[in-house]
Amino acid sequence: MTEPSALKYTKEHEWVLVDGEVATVGITAYAAEKLGDVVFVDLPSVGATVAEGRVVGEIESTKSVGELFAPVNGTVAEVNDAVVAAPELVNSDPFGEGWLIKVAFTELPELLSFDEYSALVGE
Amino acid sequence: MTDSSDSSAPGSAPGSAAGPARYSPLHQAHVAAGASFTDFAGWQMPVRYSSDLAEHHAVRTAAGLFDLSHMAEIVVLGPEAADALDYALAGKISAVAVGQAKYSLLLGREGGIVDDLVAYRTGEDRFLVVANASNRAAVAEQLLERCSLFDCQVFDESDDIALIAIQGPKSFEILSQVPGVDIPALEALKYYWSTPGTFRPVSTDADRGESEPARHELLVARTGYTGEDGFELYVAPDVAPVLWDALLETGAGSGLVPAGLASRDTLRLEAGMPLYGHELGLATSPFQAGLGRVVNLKKEGDFVGREAVESGASEGARVLVGLVSEGKRAGRAGYEVYDGETVVGAITSGALSPTLGYPIAMAYVDAASASDGANLLIDVRGTRVPASVVPLPFYKRET
Repeated sequence: MTEPSALKYTKEHEWVLVDGEVATVGITAYAAEKLGDVVFVDLPSVGATVAEGRVVGEIESTKSVGELFAPVNGTVAEVNDAVVAAPELVNSDPFGEGWLIKVAFTELPELLSFDEYSALVGE
Repeated sequence: MTDSSDSSAPGSAPGSAAGPARYSPLHQAHVAAGASFTDFAGWQMPVRYSSDLAEHHAVRTAAGLFDLSHMAEIVVLGPEAADALDYALAGKISAVAVGQAKYSLLLGREGGIVDDLVAYRTGEDRFLVVANASNRAAVAEQLLERCSLFDCQVFDESDDIALIAIQGPKSFEILSQVPGVDIPALEALKYYWSTPGTFRPVSTDADRGESEPARHELLVARTGYTGEDGFELYVAPDVAPVLWDALLETGAGSGLVPAGLASRDTLRLEAGMPLYGHELGLATSPFQAGLGRVVNLKKEGDFVGREAVESGASEGARVLVGLVSEGKRAGRAGYEVYDGETVVGAITSGALSPTLGYPIAMAYVDAASASDGANLLIDVRGTRVPASVVPLPFYKRET
């Protein structure tokens, strides 16, 4: 698991780990906690073109449905098949094994710092 | 990510919509247990302690402890209390024996459902009416008005009564072993009956040798909203925290866990039990909701809503059905239901059933599409998912 303080964030409660030109994306522990037990994850296909701010997947819990937004423009390089098979990884390790997609991006938009995101969720 | 459930929208201030938030007498215990909270009818109630699914499974296999202190308790007392409730409610409450309970409906004049509730006869002339928290004011007001025609009085005692429910197959075993709890008739207590009990907290070292701790009264009912065996314990708010801790301590070895409203919702859905505001409302008639059995048209005398109900649900009105589908994508409240290319109804509650492993939903659909086995489609955010009509409940415990 990557230290949450080393990650970037979006207002949609997603975290982004930038490594070269690939962004790994997941949802935050705060979002996972709010959703409750995740029972179904729907992710885009590898190779799909995604646009910043567009819905690219779904995260369903027993209680509700969350949408996964692409935080960057780019192409899906990899999806986490393990989390599709075992959606509970989103709850047990949201910043690690619960990652969702990797996107090869063309340009990185402005994202929130750890401190800015912490302030957003009041923690 | 955005979350479509409004209850957990980040940044929503507790109680901001309708005055200050209300807190259960057990609030500190929930905070200490690490609960997440949700607004429910103006109350900050535990939605989960750790995991919705773990809490759900605990109730099905062992036991769960629920704080239901937000619910409304209204006492109707007096020589004509039974007659008053025969007039005020849809069921024949005068036929309920002392100690017995009855699920009933408070109907509006137009035949719609103001609330669903349970009436406990706790004495020849005394009834405890337990209503939904969201309908407390409406039920209290209507009972006061309707009962004013009879020789009886109505007291809203909601603020003076806390409610703890223990639900699950191990409930009896646990409740019968709680130190200080004395319920003489517990073993013989039948489903939908209640009995008095007492709770004397076991003294701690701090007060040894002093006067015996007080003995507090309990009302113990074998009722619930989970589809499992279980008990509901009515107790004074200041005693509730000690009783809650004693139950958890006694039950820990048997798998008892505190359970939040999220699991309560999936449990009641599996058990096919309606939830006011989802399956029931002012625009719903009891017959549409499959609650015709609760309306006693044979009882003598008038009751509020009788005339409207006797004229019958309008032909072709949508009726409540169960829907099951394959895969993992559950229909949710508000999703449309199709028969072929035609919209025939909408879902009122839905979830991926934790016990059954497939999606279940309750929906109101046109009578023509409501027969068991009918093949329908649920519009799950743009994808039509096949679903079949099944009889309710989805889950029934083995007895």
